[in-house]
Amino acid sequence: MFLSRAICAAVSQSARQVRSLHRSAVRAGAGGIFVHRDTPDNNPDTPFEFTPENMKRIEAIILNYPEGHKAAATIPVLDVAQRQHGWLPISAMNKVAEVLEIAPMRVYEVATFYTMFMRQPVGKYHIQICTTTPCMLCDSDSILAAIQNKLGIKVGQTTPDKLFTLSEVECLGACVNAPMVQINDNYYEDLNTADIEQILDELKAGKVPPPGPRNGRFSCEPAGGLTSLTGPPPGPGFGVRSDL
Amino acid sequence: MLTLSRILVSGAARVPAAAAVAASQSGATTITRFNSTAAQQQEKPKKTKFGPLADEDRIFTNLYGRHDWRLKGALSRGDWYKTKEILLKGVDWILNEVKTSGLRGRGGAGFPTGMKWGFMNKPSDGRPKYLVVNADEGEPGTCKDREIMRHDPHKLVEGCLVAGRAMGARAAYIYIRGEFYNESSNLQVAINEAYAAGLIGKNACDSGYDFDVFVMRGAGAYICGEETALIESIEGKQGKPRLKPPFPADVGVFGCPTTVANVETVSVAPTICRRGGSWFVGLGRERNSGTKLFNISGHVNTPCTVEEEMSIPLKELIERHAGGVRGGWDNLLCVIPGGSSTPLIPRHVCDDVLMDFDGLIQAQTGLGTAALIVMDKSTDVIRAIARLIEFYKHESCGQCTPCREGVDWMNNMMWRFVKGDAREAEIDMIWEISKQIEGHTICALGDGAAWPVQGLIRHFRPVMESRIAEFKQKQQARA
Repeated sequence: MFLSRAICAAVSQSARQVRSLHRSAVRAGAGGIFVHRDTPDNNPDTPFEFTPENMKRIEAIILNYPEGHKAAATIPVLDVAQRQHGWLPISAMNKVAEVLEIAPMRVYEVATFYTMFMRQPVGKYHIQICTTTPCMLCDSDSILAAIQNKLGIKVGQTTPDKLFTLSEVECLGACVNAPMVQINDNYYEDLNTADIEQILDELKAGKVPPPGPRNGRFSCEPAGGLTSLTGPPPGPGFGVRSDL
Repeated sequence: MLTLSRILVSGAARVPAAAAVAASQSGATTITRFNSTAAQQQEKPKKTKFGPLADEDRIFTNLYGRHDWRLKGALSRGDWYKTKEILLKGVDWILNEVKTSGLRGRGGAGFPTGMKWGFMNKPSDGRPKYLVVNADEGEPGTCKDREIMRHDPHKLVEGCLVAGRAMGARAAYIYIRGEFYNESSNLQVAINEAYAAGLIGKNACDSGYDFDVFVMRGAGAYICGEETALIESIEGKQGKPRLKPPFPADVGVFGCPTTVANVETVSVAPTICRRGGSWFVGLGRERNSGTKLFNISGHVNTPCTVEEEMSIPLKELIERHAGGVRGGWDNLLCVIPGGSSTPLIPRHVCDDVLMDFDGLIQAQTGLGTAALIVMDKSTDVIRAIARLIEFYKHESCGQCTPCREGVDWMNNMMWRFVKGDAREAEIDMIWEISKQIEGHTICALGDGAAWPVQGLIRHFRPVMESRIAEFKQKQQARA
């Protein structure tokens, strides 16, 4: 009797500290929630077949790896599937498992682990803005605000015309060209708010702007002028030891 | 003035640092002892001034992409020159050159490369050996490998061949991060050109050695930059690091002996073999030799990537190449010297620290990937570090409890520190948590998350305390 009251007290004590499900934020893994929920667009019967061209690509990819290690091709083949369909419905993952002769769960594991695999529908242009510290120091906040104001969407949302999806991502590896965004496969660097608005306008008009820095420099050289490699590069044999 | 001059028959003159050289006008030699072995050796006075690097000592001559990156351009800049001769010299010769050069891993850990590649130098037990190149550049602040891969890919391809030969590898897998689509495209074109020209593949460069190079694109996971996680990723699994031992040199990719090396380390190997390990070791301090690609980002006037000599003073590096700190050197608050995993160093340390492995370890930080993140006095340093911990939280693979739970916990606490919504005792608490994560995880991501917090508390504790005091004041004012 007393014991059960003590247990009740203990349980209610911890129950008060546990957050109820409806109040906790959904634990967002990479690219959304971890579990799969069937929807009309995304269920095992969603039609997905690789095109013959992509099957040839897949065969070439499989040849990169040793005999008997077809599973190693999971990531590249999922990438092919995503490029074909735009995103990865569960039927695409099942198809990949079938092609590579591995268990579907292995493909689900990979698709949920890596952030570039989108398991929810994505707009035509996936805008990924880097907000990690080097970009944050160069004011990526204002670029993010500019995108949100221009498109009228928040991070994680897609515009109603299904043209743009906005995500915040971790370091994209272009830190000396901060702040920058990645749109599909291209990097747009050295941005200010006017630049990103211009880029979005061009995309809306159906033209893909050329990637690269927007402040006039070509790549990663110092913007004020070269401080190294100022002369023509030396030719073959320069400085080579005599005993070769 | 009388100087005794003797012409030495063999060996060069021994010139003591200051001594009698000033006395002779014709540059005649000073007295040397024929008995001492020092007289026979080529002795140069120890270097004390490091950097600026002369263009002729630079390895990555197309770093800024101003010249053709394809095979024709690469050949005109000296790549693939006498590669056949290097390969024919054999395993021991190449390993010896790399050991003499004192090259240390450029991926962040700084492990002596000659030693590391030598671990693969054991008789084959039937399994093929592999070289894996780590081009999964994800450390915040780092963007050097990207430039190598898009502007000088042939250096990397040749490097794979030379390094592969040194290890007896059958093939190289270059694992490049998925976001670098255009860079991987350049690299694949370069590889195709090299195959077409017979430089790799069967009978590479006519040396009788078969070697293949494959590019594998990742799909967005910083943790796959860790060597065992990279191996797991190549095998088509989740990028969760393995425990070491067994080390990759025993059991690596597909269960075969593997060496995982950074892009920059592999790319400089052919140039070291061509120009000699002794040239490389002549740059930089002892045990910290050679050149390094530095990325300078953040609050500088002209952020850039530059190849400079190791052991160059931090202040000179920033002022010469990055246009100096925004608002002048006095406006500097702190610098993160080696990519986000290294603790920050405050202004007074930055004044005279040298940019190399040993110098920065003495300053209680590390060289890491030599990616400088410069912060000036306008920075909210607590927010900057909190954002880094959030990065680590997102990128944790979730395998081991200290990292998965601890980094998430540190993240929650850091964002409260940004607001000041904390108690002063929690600063000691987060220090202790970081100490419990550091060294107790399967891979170094836990350490990488713990160190920035430790650096912040070590140097900026007063800022954290004042933020807490301000918040408390505001709370009381509202109440």
